[in-house]
Amino acid sequence: MAFIPHTGDDIAQMLEVIGVRAIDDLFDEIPAALRAGALALPPAMGEMEVGRLLTERAAIDGRPLNFIGAGAYEHHIPAPVWAIATRGEFYSAYTPYQAEASQGTLQLIYEYQSMMCGLTGMEVSNASLYDGASALAEACLMAVRANRASNSRRILLPRAVNPTYGQVARTIAGNQDIVLEHVDYDRASGRTLLESVESRAGEDITALVVQQPNFFGCLAEVDALTDWAHRHKILLIAVVNPVSLALLKPPGQWGGGVDGRLGADIVCGEGQPLGVPLSAGGPYFGFMATRMQYVRQMPGRIVGRTVDTEGRPGFSLTLQAREQHIRRSKATSNICTNQGLMVTAATIYLSLLGSEGLARVAQASLQRTADLVAALSRIKGVTVAFSAPRFHEAVLLLDRPAAPVLAALARRGILGGLDLADRFPELGHALLVCATETKLDADIDSYADALAEIMNAARAAA
Amino acid sequence: MTELGTTALKAREPLIFELSKPGRHAGSQFPPQVAGTAEIPAHLRRATPPMLPAVSELQAVRHYTRLSQMNFSIDTHFYPLGSCTMKYNPKACNTYAMLPEFLGLHPLGPEPQGFLACMYELQEMLQEITGMKGVSLTPMAGAQGEFAGVAMIRAYHRARNDLQRTEIIVPQAAHGTNPATAAMCGCTVKEIPCDANGDVDIGALKAAVGPGTAAIMLTNPSTLGVFEHKIAEVARIVHEAGGLLYYDGANLNAILGKVRPGDMGFDVIHMNLHKTFSTPHGGGGPGSGAVGVGARLLPFLPIPIVGKEGPRFRWLSERDLPQSIGRLSGFMGNAGVNLRAYIYMRLLGREGMVRVAEFAALNANYLLKRLQDAGFEAAYPNRRASHEFIVTLKSENRLYQITAMDVAKRLLDYGLHAPTTYFPLLVPECLLIEPTETEAKEDLDRFCDAMIMIRREMQEDPEKLTAAPHTMPVRRLDDVRAAKQLDLAWKPAA
Repeated sequence: MAFIPHTGDDIAQMLEVIGVRAIDDLFDEIPAALRAGALALPPAMGEMEVGRLLTERAAIDGRPLNFIGAGAYEHHIPAPVWAIATRGEFYSAYTPYQAEASQGTLQLIYEYQSMMCGLTGMEVSNASLYDGASALAEACLMAVRANRASNSRRILLPRAVNPTYGQVARTIAGNQDIVLEHVDYDRASGRTLLESVESRAGEDITALVVQQPNFFGCLAEVDALTDWAHRHKILLIAVVNPVSLALLKPPGQWGGGVDGRLGADIVCGEGQPLGVPLSAGGPYFGFMATRMQYVRQMPGRIVGRTVDTEGRPGFSLTLQAREQHIRRSKATSNICTNQGLMVTAATIYLSLLGSEGLARVAQASLQRTADLVAALSRIKGVTVAFSAPRFHEAVLLLDRPAAPVLAALARRGILGGLDLADRFPELGHALLVCATETKLDADIDSYADALAEIMNAARAAA
Repeated sequence: MTELGTTALKAREPLIFELSKPGRHAGSQFPPQVAGTAEIPAHLRRATPPMLPAVSELQAVRHYTRLSQMNFSIDTHFYPLGSCTMKYNPKACNTYAMLPEFLGLHPLGPEPQGFLACMYELQEMLQEITGMKGVSLTPMAGAQGEFAGVAMIRAYHRARNDLQRTEIIVPQAAHGTNPATAAMCGCTVKEIPCDANGDVDIGALKAAVGPGTAAIMLTNPSTLGVFEHKIAEVARIVHEAGGLLYYDGANLNAILGKVRPGDMGFDVIHMNLHKTFSTPHGGGGPGSGAVGVGARLLPFLPIPIVGKEGPRFRWLSERDLPQSIGRLSGFMGNAGVNLRAYIYMRLLGREGMVRVAEFAALNANYLLKRLQDAGFEAAYPNRRASHEFIVTLKSENRLYQITAMDVAKRLLDYGLHAPTTYFPLLVPECLLIEPTETEAKEDLDRFCDAMIMIRREMQEDPEKLTAAPHTMPVRRLDDVRAAKQLDLAWKPAA
């Protein structure tokens, strides 16, 4: 019997101790009318057969050359990361409620929180949320709790923020009457401009969201936007890519021109680039950091360093009075289980790379995307959409619909980017492309050669 | 005593930052230098590098391996944590979910037919096991599954223009996420008591329902470790009042193949795949909180869902389900966790699935009986244990001033993870014990023997308990100091 250790003798002895004749007697409190019949499930398989099935299924999906980013990024993952994260002591442990028997996980989370504070320039970090999109939803809810100067529950959400994040924030925050209002982006530069928000001055607004780099890969003038928000008592929610923070000004240092109020108020984002595989979209992890001033409004678990009864340092979950198991309906969030194992991987990743290695990854990604954009925009019918400086993504405009072009590329084993036709129809035939440090010159050449052939063939056929 | 498996965990490990030395690095992890002139404009660049450790690859490997050795886990210790279903996580589930093709799948690439075939079959299997009409795999943990469930209930009432239904009824013993979720969905919470047998108080339920009732949230078996006898009556009362029934799947392990939530009258259920279907807890996630619904809530399921057209699988989106409550994650939830659950279910198959509940119940009832025979008091002595049960230490507390916390900490010294303590809150000095079906009789006996030894220590040497644990990397921690003198991040000495 799979994973059931009981022998016939064991069962007989145990039933005798309990005082019943058969295992089924243990279910005699379930009304007979409700008892289930036989389940229509496939028969059991051994590990070898399951392994074969899964290997066959995996082979169907293959290993294409990927140039899609759009919120999930392919980076090299050092071998130690998952070799250690999948050790049973991390993999099969529960949330560290028994602190003395969970010091490994707790210390690791404390180290993680410290590293996230270093990357974001913020004072405190939580132990993770589910993913980047739901982290923004939680940040919106937190902003409503934290901004006592505002009663409106209105949050400005630029269109240049990942549109899926907006959808998720609406699903999660919408039931609490929080309104997310769009701010348009500048068609020429691809950024949210100060001018676009300035018309909202004087209105009661709870928070402004700024994504840096934004969904198009463009870099905004974050200092001006942060100062504008603070001038009008609006909280600034920063959505950032943690790899980019090796090079970019950390949100904790944005702005600073208004009453010395330096930095974003809440920082969140998708942690996946830090050692977590693409894996069809999950599991990833969301991160969140804030000012110490707002720590009691932050959702999710937080680990603190304290001392034991002998005065030695140790770690435990703290500020639990914010959480659902204590505060019930008054909790900051209903979140309980988070994404602990992904945080384990990210912490090992950041330790291996350090600030120098992470900067090398970010710089190589920046350069590879610049190389990719240069190579592709040399092709007839391909132009660059936006003028703003970029990190590691770019929007390209084609002279024909992107979908058939992408399908043709996919047949050659190349994922050529994300078609923006549904998300941003006003851009025409737009394609969001990404190259990280994992792409070599030969990869970029393969993509450019294939795209040139496909575009030329399409033109010839037309 | 040697048989009890006492093992001290490794002692201490400095912070990774204390191992750090400028100029040191794990060089082979650095990407090659790329020629080129691309750069970030100066005013958008960071001025100083982020505070991250600078260590060698071996230092990092050794440090995190050592930290792992400071944990209890299922792979190393019996872990009877009530309500958490800490069963064996088969290695095959991890190995085959981590095939490079699966790990490399970009979520926005062409719809991956091999992967989606697994997800489609997982939806079908979960639907069959729970007796529901549709399943969405997107919620990323139990609490998000609860959120999806309550949001669907709200959407259902709204679609019928029944706008005043915003009250969620929960029994007092409910898990804290139930009321927290109701609040997150903009609902109010009404708590109702349980009777002396641990069942819902029917009188209180009748008084609580009305035109404002959106739903009742229940676990069955309940958090008290017993099967709700009167579930059919509860369902009738709530449905007649115009409300829906929400099944919190935290305890689904107890009833797999024996009774299905859909057949009990539930309209919506969330499953904790990281409990019942054995995906790992990972030291606090990732979980997966798939939701199943009956016919009434089908149009409101969260997206995306895997659909099938002829031989092809595809993601169903807003276009297919215009009344959906929407998206809950950036892509499709914790896909890799769902894949592990799929592998687990294929390994068990229909024969294995029924045995889960049978042997979980056998282990729980055996351990309960042995502990009762040894003099421990069951909270509900006249009831069968489900897959878990509650022991109350209120007499021990009175006689020896020993608390459930003391016993929990002392168990760690015996190499046994503590049961859940002080939950549910309404049973004084309680231990909620869930052995799971994958533990052998010898491990249950060892736990029972340790409890007997601890009971003797209460009388002969109570300090063994009040000062426990003695063999862990740290003694009991000062939680008050942790919350008052907040130290949440390491900072280099100035």
